[in-house]
Amino acid sequence: MHLYELPLLFALIGLAFYTVLAGADFGAGWWQLTAGNGPDADSIRDHAHQAMGPVWEANHVWLIFVLTVVWTAYPSAFGSIASTLSIPLFVAAVGIIFRGTAYALRAGASKARELRAIDTAFALSSILTPFALGAAIGGIASRRVPVGNAAGDQFSSWLNPTSLLIGVLAVVTAAYLAAVFLCADAARLGEPTLERKFRTRALAAGLVSGAIALAGVAVLRSDAQPLYHRLVEGRGLIGLIASIVAGCATLALVWWKRYEASRYSAALAVAAIIAGWALAQSPVFLEGLTVREAAAGRDTLVAVTVAVLAGAAILFPSLALLFRLVLGGDLGRGESAAGRPTQPRSLIATLAPGLLPRLAIACLVAGIGFTTIANAAWAHAIGVFSLFAFIVLAFPAALPPDLLATPLKDTNAKKADPR
Amino acid sequence: MSQLALLASTAPAAINQGYLLQARQMQALSFAVHIPLVCFGIAFPALVLFVEWLYLRTGDELYRTLAKRWTKVMAALFAAGVVTGTILSFEMGLLWPSFTASFGSVFGLGFAIEGFSFFMEAIFIGIYIYGWSRLSPRAHFASGIPIAIAGFTGSLTVISVNGWMNHPTGFHLQGGKAVDVHPLRALFGNSYFWHELVHMYLAGYIVTGFLVAAAYAVGRLRGRWDRYERTALAIPLTVAALCSPVQVLVGDWNGREVARAQPTKLAAFEGLAQTRRGAPVHLLGWYKDGRVEYGIPVPRLLSLLAYHDPNATVAGLDTVPPDERPPVNVVRIAFQTMVGIGTLLALLGFAYLAVRWRRKRLPESPWFYRALVVAGPLSVVALICGWVTTEVGRQPWVVYRVMRTSDAVTGAGGIPVGYATLALVYLGLALAVAWILRRLARVPLNAPPTAKEV
Repeated sequence: MHLYELPLLFALIGLAFYTVLAGADFGAGWWQLTAGNGPDADSIRDHAHQAMGPVWEANHVWLIFVLTVVWTAYPSAFGSIASTLSIPLFVAAVGIIFRGTAYALRAGASKARELRAIDTAFALSSILTPFALGAAIGGIASRRVPVGNAAGDQFSSWLNPTSLLIGVLAVVTAAYLAAVFLCADAARLGEPTLERKFRTRALAAGLVSGAIALAGVAVLRSDAQPLYHRLVEGRGLIGLIASIVAGCATLALVWWKRYEASRYSAALAVAAIIAGWALAQSPVFLEGLTVREAAAGRDTLVAVTVAVLAGAAILFPSLALLFRLVLGGDLGRGESAAGRPTQPRSLIATLAPGLLPRLAIACLVAGIGFTTIANAAWAHAIGVFSLFAFIVLAFPAALPPDLLATPLKDTNAKKADPR
Repeated sequence: MSQLALLASTAPAAINQGYLLQARQMQALSFAVHIPLVCFGIAFPALVLFVEWLYLRTGDELYRTLAKRWTKVMAALFAAGVVTGTILSFEMGLLWPSFTASFGSVFGLGFAIEGFSFFMEAIFIGIYIYGWSRLSPRAHFASGIPIAIAGFTGSLTVISVNGWMNHPTGFHLQGGKAVDVHPLRALFGNSYFWHELVHMYLAGYIVTGFLVAAAYAVGRLRGRWDRYERTALAIPLTVAALCSPVQVLVGDWNGREVARAQPTKLAAFEGLAQTRRGAPVHLLGWYKDGRVEYGIPVPRLLSLLAYHDPNATVAGLDTVPPDERPPVNVVRIAFQTMVGIGTLLALLGFAYLAVRWRRKRLPESPWFYRALVVAGPLSVVALICGWVTTEVGRQPWVVYRVMRTSDAVTGAGGIPVGYATLALVYLGLALAVAWILRRLARVPLNAPPTAKEV
């Protein structure tokens, strides 16, 4: 492993996380769209919505992570990809806007008709986005993206057999992952009807995506020869085999209702195929550009590597916390009694009257002096801190005390229900 | 100049993009939609946390109700911010691939670190929103703190990139390529971004404060004025009233920084065609053929503001060739709008603080609340004008005096189609956000939590 490959490894790990986690969110949209009508369909839609509620934004950020690492560490490759594949990437971006908007809207929707319209918009964009992103990947994998500003064909770079294959595969894989995850969620929540429905869906989607993936090998053979050879004969074979084994294991685990384990094997099946693609394509990044040639200078690569490792050190514990709360049921459905706060205390520690405003005004005067009159960088730093201190000190002094000091006398807005 | 010549001579096949202006407008539109949402990302978590802290201290349910209701607004605006921010990062490649290809190794790190801030924000906002009734009060309050911190670190890293674009350092050009790249030095060793960061951070609190206060001012004018509404108005208003006069001081500092590092931009602020001693400021008016027409002149004010000396020499637009000057009227009008609105907001803030100080109560005049209703949207106008000032003022450069925007633009076709599509989609987004905010506002205060509510 060379330094110039490390950021790409990070980006691929990010891509795997995005495909698995955000993919499952996209797939949930597929199941919402195909749920049909009636109360059963509503329960499917609600279940899909609630399962991803707390996590979809965090899952989405993996895409931003991949983009930023690639444009920092492999800028010329990023520029070439984004300009040649501008159409599918723009379509994916529009799909992402629709998804986020629909998600925000659902919080305010109350009527069934509104919910239905919002869920449909959400679901359609959940199909559009993975398809477009998959089609873009297909353009890269079949070497249709040359180096340069919009140097490749605007259309055939993503409207080709490999792109269509990977686009479709992205959609069905997302549906498969979603079904497995939602089935496990339903089992955890003790919802046997939902569990049964999603078990059937998981098995069906698993078989369909397996079949498409196998048929896809033939597509690659005719359309993307170099990738095909290195995938079935070269280093990529490891990933391919791992994916097949993990995919079959998932089907078996879902069949035997070992849902928690099936989450991980399903994720592994998807991650393995990304690894297989990367192994089969390396060291080529784009047509006529190796990973080594695409890589930025040493200082940048070191800085990115350090930033990613340091970021991961805070990211993974935080993600673990989020998923533990969600999967542990603490953030899922159902209320657990939240404790009451401690005894009411006086709001602001007693200070000599007028001390706070006086301190604030002293800070303001210092701030004006150091920011406005002085002209050195160090003076400006002191000035800015003084001005912020002014705001912080003046804030409690300037708040209307009648709102804060006598809360319990006013029964007007007090709610009777302690919950 | 030699750097530019090098770049031009070795640049790959020159791009002939007929829709450069549309590409810039598309970028500006995306930015104008995203940046008010950023303000809520910066300031709203802190306001919500403050109200929740009041609840923890007093046990008064009113604060809990307020914080919970604001959390829903925060959630909706954050979702809109996530997707509009994603568009901006896509556009780095979709619209400006040569910029990213040439200089991604220099500035990209800022966005990579920002990605982690974004992660923290998204993770903890998930925990915070869904944890209201499922975490202990203290744990819930604690889960909100990373959101407020990430709002700051996120703006720090993004603005470090903008500071670098305006004041590029940390690399050398060789054959049109950035070599000898030191990204940390370029982004954080650059002295030219702190003023921008402070200016934007305060703007976040001003915009959020005035907009939230404006919503409750509408309610007050319609007769909704219980303790709940008074609290919900007073907290954001007090923050905005304190920040807006401070912003005037910080803005003045920003102007001096621009004078030092980007004299052409400063000349465009005023429409100063010729370099001269004792340069004046013209209020209002229109820049035409090298002079400001119909403006109200204030002699020597520009020299005084920029250099603290009424006789100082201020560089005019004539210091650079005509094709290196920004579009003066756009920059000038945006600048004057920002300063004008900023001054009015500071005066409104003063008026509020004066009433609080002298009469020990909230203002009672309906005119104050009418002004507040206008101040909310105006603060957004000032925010966008501020960004127009600095970004259009940087033109024709994407990387100041190193790379022209016209060399950064994509060679791909279809920009007008993309622009029209995005404009329609953003219109839909704006309507959707307006709809959801109205819906949330209409929910009765003491409504029992519904089953759907999570």
